[in-house]
Amino acid sequence: MKDAPPIIEFVEIHKDYVTEAVVVRALRGVNLTIRQGEFVAIIGQSGSGKSTMMNIIGCLDRPTRGKYILDGIDVGSRSNDARAIVRNHLIGFVFQGFNLLPRTTALENVELPLVYRGVGAAERRKRALASLNAVGLGARLHHTPNQLSGGQQQRVAIARALVTQPPLLLADEPTGNLDTRTSYEVLDLLQRLNREQGITIVLVTHERDIADCASRVVEMRDGSVRRDIVNERPTDAARALAELPVQDEHGAAS
Amino acid sequence: MTAILAAIRLALRAIVRSKLRSTLTVLGILIGVAAVVIVVALGTGVQAQVLGQISNLGANVIFIFPQSTQTSGVRSTDVNRLTEADGRALLAEATSIANVAPFSSTGAQVIAGDRNAVTQVMGVSRSYFPVRGFSVGKGQMFTESEELLKAKVVIIGETVREKLFGAGDPIGQYVRIGRYPYRVVGLLTSKGQSPFGEDQDDRVLMPIGSFRARVVPSPPGRVQQLIASATDERTVDRAVAQINAILRQRHGIEPDADPDFGIRTQAEFRKSSEEIVGTLTVLLSSIAAVSLLVGGIGVMNIMLVSVTERTREIGIRMAIGASAADIMTQFLVEAIVLSVIGGVFGLGIGAGVIKALGGALGWSLALPMPAVIAAMATSTVIGVVFGFFPARRAALMDPIVALRQE
Repeated sequence: MKDAPPIIEFVEIHKDYVTEAVVVRALRGVNLTIRQGEFVAIIGQSGSGKSTMMNIIGCLDRPTRGKYILDGIDVGSRSNDARAIVRNHLIGFVFQGFNLLPRTTALENVELPLVYRGVGAAERRKRALASLNAVGLGARLHHTPNQLSGGQQQRVAIARALVTQPPLLLADEPTGNLDTRTSYEVLDLLQRLNREQGITIVLVTHERDIADCASRVVEMRDGSVRRDIVNERPTDAARALAELPVQDEHGAAS
Repeated sequence: MTAILAAIRLALRAIVRSKLRSTLTVLGILIGVAAVVIVVALGTGVQAQVLGQISNLGANVIFIFPQSTQTSGVRSTDVNRLTEADGRALLAEATSIANVAPFSSTGAQVIAGDRNAVTQVMGVSRSYFPVRGFSVGKGQMFTESEELLKAKVVIIGETVREKLFGAGDPIGQYVRIGRYPYRVVGLLTSKGQSPFGEDQDDRVLMPIGSFRARVVPSPPGRVQQLIASATDERTVDRAVAQINAILRQRHGIEPDADPDFGIRTQAEFRKSSEEIVGTLTVLLSSIAAVSLLVGGIGVMNIMLVSVTERTREIGIRMAIGASAADIMTQFLVEAIVLSVIGGVFGLGIGAGVIKALGGALGWSLALPMPAVIAAMATSTVIGVVFGFFPARRAALMDPIVALRQE
C-alpha cells in the first residue's frame, strides 16, 4: 500500500471563513497524502476542522490557500461546473443523514448519478441493479426511503455512491444515525468494498470505535492534523458484529 | 432530446407529488388563457354578427337626409327641402342607384279596440320594402291606387300585432291613429333586432301620401328621408357621388357651399361598429392578459416555494454531480410544464365555454387559431420568464449549505 500512487494530496491547505469581520481559521496548513486503496478515518471533535476537510476533499468547497490534487488533477481552484464533473466521476458520497431523494424509489435514487453523467436508461437500470445487489438490497428496488430502515437507507446511499465506480468513497459520519448493530453492518460493507474492490475510503467520524475499523486514523484538532497513525490491527466489523449480543433480526431504524 | 424528455418526466413527477399546490398554480394560468381565448372569440363573433346584421339590413343602402346649412353665419331654419321628386330624379338619372324610397316617420299611439301601442308610424312607398329588406308575410302590399288615393291602409310589424291583437288575426281589422281609422292590409315578416338594438318589428307602415295628409301634415311631396339602394355593394361610393351631384344641382347649391342634405351609407355604420367592437375586444383582452400575468406570478411564487422546500434535494443532486445548468434546467422545465399544462387546460375550457356560449347565443363562435397559438406561446413564455428567477436561485445554491438544510 505504501507504493500505491496517491489519490488525495493536500499541500498547505488553509481555509478561512469570514463572518462579520471575524475570521474563523478552519484549516491551518494541512498536509496530507492518502494513497489508493487506503481506508482512512478522519477523527476529531466538532470544530476541529474535519467537516471542512471533508467538504474540500469532496470538492464541495474550495480551499482559501494551498494545493489540492485529486487523482492527479489539481481541483482546488476549478470552477463550480468543473467540480460538479469531478464529484460525479471521482467521488462517491455517503452522508450521515443518508440524503436520499424522498418519494423516489431505491432504484431511481441509485440511478441518479448516472443521469447526470448522461448514461442511457437501459444501461442505467442495469448498473443500478448490480450496485443494489452488491449491497444486498436486490429485493427492495421499488421501496421509497420512508419504507426502508435506517440501515437499508444507508445501503441504498452506498449503492448510489458506488454506481459510478468511483476510485474514492467519502463517508461523512455514515453511522451517525444508526444503532451499533447496523453501524457494524455498514462498516462491514465498507471494509469489504475496500478489501475486495480496492476502493479508497475516507471516513469522517467523531467516534473512536468506528475509527478503529479503518487502517489509518488521522486525528484533527484546531484545524491541523494532530496525529496520523497507521492502525496495524483494525477492528474487523464482521467479527464485531458476530460478537454482539443476539437480538431481533432488524436493528431499530433511526 | 432524451435529456429534455427526462427533464419533462422529472418535472411531471415533481408536479404530481404536490397535487393541490400544482392544481392551484395551474388554475391561475388556466383562467388567464381561457379568458384571453374566450374574449378574443367573443370579439370575433360579435364582429361577424354585427357585419351579418348590417348586410341583412342591406349593405348597399344609402340614407339621404336634410341638413341645416349656414349662410354668412346664419343657420337656416327651414331645413328640409327633400322631396319625392328628388327621389324620382335620382332614380331616373343616377346609374348606380337601383331603387329609391321616400320615408317619413313619427312616434304615435295606435289603438285597436281597447288596446293601444306606442310605436313608430312610417310613411313609405312600396319601393321601401325591397330597399330595406322588408317583406309582407301575411296579407297584401299597398296597391298603386291605394298609394295614389292616400288610402287609409297600414301594414303592421309583428310586435305591434302582438300588442294590439294578441293571438288574433289582424288582417282586415282596423286600427286608429289620431282621429282616423286605418285598415290593416298586411303583416311584416319578422326581422328581429337591428345591430343597434332597435326592434325592427315595432313599426306601422302606411303610404307616405296618407302619412302627410293625416299623421304629420306636411307639404305635398316632402319627405324626411330618401332611402336609396345602390345597384351593388361595390357601387355604393359611385352612387353617393351621383346623389351628391344630382341633389346639389336640383337644390341649386354652389360647388363650394355646404349642401342642405347629408348622405350616410352602411359602410360608415359598419366602420364605426367595427371600431367599437375592436376597441372593446382590445380592452377586454388586456384585462384577460392581466389575469394571465397574475397567473405567471403565481407560477413564480410556487416555484420559489418549491425551490426553498427542496433545498436539500438540490444539495444532494449537486453533491452527486449535477451542474448548475442541470439544476437550472430542472426547475425551468418544471415551471414551463406547469404553465403549459395550464395553457392546454385553459384552451380546452375556453373551447368548451365558447361552444356553450355560441349555442346559447345562436352565434357561430370558433376557437380563433391565432389566439390558440398566442395562448400556447404565451404560457410557454410565462414558464420561462417566471421560472427563470426561481431556477437561477436553485442553480446558484452552495451545495454545502443546501445539504445542511433540514
